[in-house]
Amino acid sequence: MKNSLLFDLTVDKSTNTIFIKREFEAARSSVWDAFTKQEILDQWWAPKPWTSRTKFMDFHVGGRRFYAMVGPEGQEHWSIQKYTTINPITNFTYLSAFTDNDENINDEMPSSNWDLNFSEQDGTTLVSILIKQKSLASLEQIIKMGFKEGFTMILNDLEKLLKHLK
Amino acid sequence: MRRDIFQAIADPTRRAIIILIALQAMTPNNIAENFNTTRQAISKHLRILTECDLVKQEYQGREIYYSLEIEKMKEIDIWLEQFRKIWESRFNQLDEVLSTIKKNTK
Repeated sequence: MKNSLLFDLTVDKSTNTIFIKREFEAARSSVWDAFTKQEILDQWWAPKPWTSRTKFMDFHVGGRRFYAMVGPEGQEHWSIQKYTTINPITNFTYLSAFTDNDENINDEMPSSNWDLNFSEQDGTTLVSILIKQKSLASLEQIIKMGFKEGFTMILNDLEKLLKHLK
Repeated sequence: MRRDIFQAIADPTRRAIIILIALQAMTPNNIAENFNTTRQAISKHLRILTECDLVKQEYQGREIYYSLEIEKMKEIDIWLEQFRKIWESRFNQLDEVLSTIKKNTK
């Protein structure tokens, strides 16, 4: 069942944009909640072994979510998301930036504009995410940072695999 | 200044050069013939690509032939693949969360 669900990730380097599409076997309102309610978001937002810890989340236009991605060794990467538009269960947009643990935006790190769309057909919900970086250099930095987190994830998978082999 | 491959592929002319020399090694003059631009402009692009280790030069007599460093190009794919994995893992977790919610509301 999972295999038939669409997952698509493409990067357009000429517009510094990342496009992500994914289908979920759930009603649109549930998927919307999973993206917009802090207690659900923290359950899946961080790829294991990282965890997501939201300090506060005020899901209103002009409101913010302040959260950390916490690594397996306790390292914290703080970010802030500022909601710019919200059209319940259809679309919301936000500006995302990296901060220190005191909500101060780190200007040396790339900020990005996120645009999330939700649509439902025959009980399957399609989420389309568009992430726009200011420059190609920021896009590159985001992908490289993903590389770092992805790498711990892979090491973790490898560890599990090795345990099975023993 | 150290450059890297994402910067190299930011420019459409450089992307076109990469595609051209992926097929066969070419001299700067050969390459320039394919573009509506000056030989100097092409040389500048080739210099950037060389600084990024994306192309290699080989001398044959007086001519310099440029060809693509395939291994270096793969680095870009590797990064993207890791990035993709993160989202895959994230979404698989969301699948589980959604299925738990479904069960609990039944």
